[in-house]
Amino acid sequence: MRKIALLFLLGIFLFLFSFQALAKEPYRIGALFSVTGPTSFIGDPEKKTLEMLVDEINKAGGINGHPLKLYLYDTQGDETLTVKKFVRLVVQDKVLAVIGPSRTGTSLAVAPLAERYRVPLISCAAGIKIVEPVKPYVFKTAQSDRLAVKKIYAYCVRQGIKKVAILTVSNGFGQSGRQELKRLAPQYGIEIVADELFGPKDVDMKPQLIKIRKTEAQAIICWGTNPGPAIVAKNMRELGMKQKLFMSHGVASKRFIELAGEAAEGIILPAGKLIVANELPDSDPQKALLLSYIERYKARYGKAPSSFGGHAYDAFLLLKEALIKAGADKAKIREALENIKGLKGIHGVFNMTPQDHNGLSEKEAFVLVEIRGGDFHLLKE
Amino acid sequence: MENFLEFLFAGLVNGAIYALIALGFMIIYNATGVINFAQGEFVMLGAMLTASLTGKFHFPLLLMLPIVLVFVALIGALTERLTIYPAREASPLILIIITIGVSILLKGLAMFVWGKDPLPVKAFIPGGPYHFLGATLPPQGVLILLVTVLAFLTTEAFFRFTLWGKAMRACAYNRLGARVIGINISNLTCISFALSAALSGLAGIIISPLTFATYDMGTMLGLKGFSAAVFGGLGSAAGAFCGGLILGVLETLSAGYLSSAYKDAVAFLLLLMVLFVRPEGLLSLKTAEKL
Repeated sequence: MRKIALLFLLGIFLFLFSFQALAKEPYRIGALFSVTGPTSFIGDPEKKTLEMLVDEINKAGGINGHPLKLYLYDTQGDETLTVKKFVRLVVQDKVLAVIGPSRTGTSLAVAPLAERYRVPLISCAAGIKIVEPVKPYVFKTAQSDRLAVKKIYAYCVRQGIKKVAILTVSNGFGQSGRQELKRLAPQYGIEIVADELFGPKDVDMKPQLIKIRKTEAQAIICWGTNPGPAIVAKNMRELGMKQKLFMSHGVASKRFIELAGEAAEGIILPAGKLIVANELPDSDPQKALLLSYIERYKARYGKAPSSFGGHAYDAFLLLKEALIKAGADKAKIREALENIKGLKGIHGVFNMTPQDHNGLSEKEAFVLVEIRGGDFHLLKE
Repeated sequence: MENFLEFLFAGLVNGAIYALIALGFMIIYNATGVINFAQGEFVMLGAMLTASLTGKFHFPLLLMLPIVLVFVALIGALTERLTIYPAREASPLILIIITIGVSILLKGLAMFVWGKDPLPVKAFIPGGPYHFLGATLPPQGVLILLVTVLAFLTTEAFFRFTLWGKAMRACAYNRLGARVIGINISNLTCISFALSAALSGLAGIIISPLTFATYDMGTMLGLKGFSAAVFGGLGSAAGAFCGGLILGVLETLSAGYLSSAYKDAVAFLLLLMVLFVRPEGLLSLKTAEKL
């Protein structure tokens, strides 16, 4: 009787063991997004995108036969909470790499920890300080402001615009843009004839615009996020100003057109290819991926993805590529990330180098779009 | 002084909004001795309701205006009944802190109802800018100025010629005395909240086509309106009105001639300097000091 029981136990043990051996040990990956809080508009589409991708890859048999196990935490966009969750991911959940955080501030908060614990971090935020100076374990997918500025300036040069006025919002986003606008202007032979600011909660930018009107500025470049830039566009109409108006990628959403209404017509801005995916030429290397992303996201969540979701998509593609090459070894994953070349993502083609941990160039990362008839349209260059 | 007229006009339009909010502060302060820090949220509610009624339900302007005003006034009265009235025996300081709580609550509720994105509002008057002495004046700005002057005159008339208005003034002079001669202080407080909320709601309505409606727009506007009210002396409608206009013009002129980066700092610095010389405010009643 005892013998039978023992055999039975042994049988169960063997059965469990073989079952485990069949499905390989999962790759544990971590993610930190501001799913709630004031920046939830960034974190929410990122979370949805990443969950969709992990499900898809697990259904298709995982990476190298290993399923993915996702540990995703909400940072609420808060630095202290992000640091706590990052440590938890590394120490308790023992993840191989971390995707996120969503904001530049939270990314900078955990970057030193990624170095200390030697865990690859692929941030979805835009701030250039995240990867400059280069930190071995820190990467990012979102396009830097610098690329957007280059795109606008190159267009100005082609159109013979030599004198511009800049109008920036006095927060992190606006001031980072202002710095790049001022730094890059001489390289393009462009003179900044007026440098005005406005507060993120200001209700009237007419004084600044009246000042700009007095200068010889041929174009105005406004750097901000809603609702400020929409007020600028409206104020220009009210003052009857006819200068060309450029905006930043910070307002590349339908909401801006709704707010500015008529005044949005004719505005040119740099934007990720996602919002004009349909209009891209078929020769565009990213077009197929963009359309497939929009379709899959719509099928699962019932609405079109925002550009923020694309940053998580790109982070996942990079990590997937690195995991295929390196397997479950953090140092090797880092090395693989650094050497990824020609990876077609949502927001550009990634060519990582030991000096450039963003890997994007303005050629693919942004397109210029013009607002016409209440929608964004690809500007033929 | 190039473009002076345009700066002045833009400043007056901004200032008109501050003046309406300052009037709201002044009314509640005079009736109760409380600074109502939820004042800015009434502006936000006015703007949000305008966005909903005109954008989603396509109400005509003249129908939307009274509905929004009555609704915001009701919220104001309700605020008083539910939060200030139960704590009426407490010191003004505690009541002020209660109003801060109300402000946070209203902001949070608005976020749930309308979401975090700014909502668009169409211009009330179509058409391009007017040209006047070489300056361009936007039609919406002209409308804001006219409405504010009208609202100010109505408020002033209310205080001078109606029984309730006179009762409020009596209450501001001497609360105990007012009670002794049979004025119902409790009703008076409630009415002052409703009136004050309606004025701020009006500010929200007329400003919404320019600034759009966002759930957190009230805080900064409330702060500016409060500064304007203090600047004017918190005692009289005329003081609040002038305080608002002066603050608006100062801001615009410092943005136009000095630096747009420091416009708020310059405006507030000038305010501080004026208050240093005249701590009781520009146009204050002597009795206001005592309150």
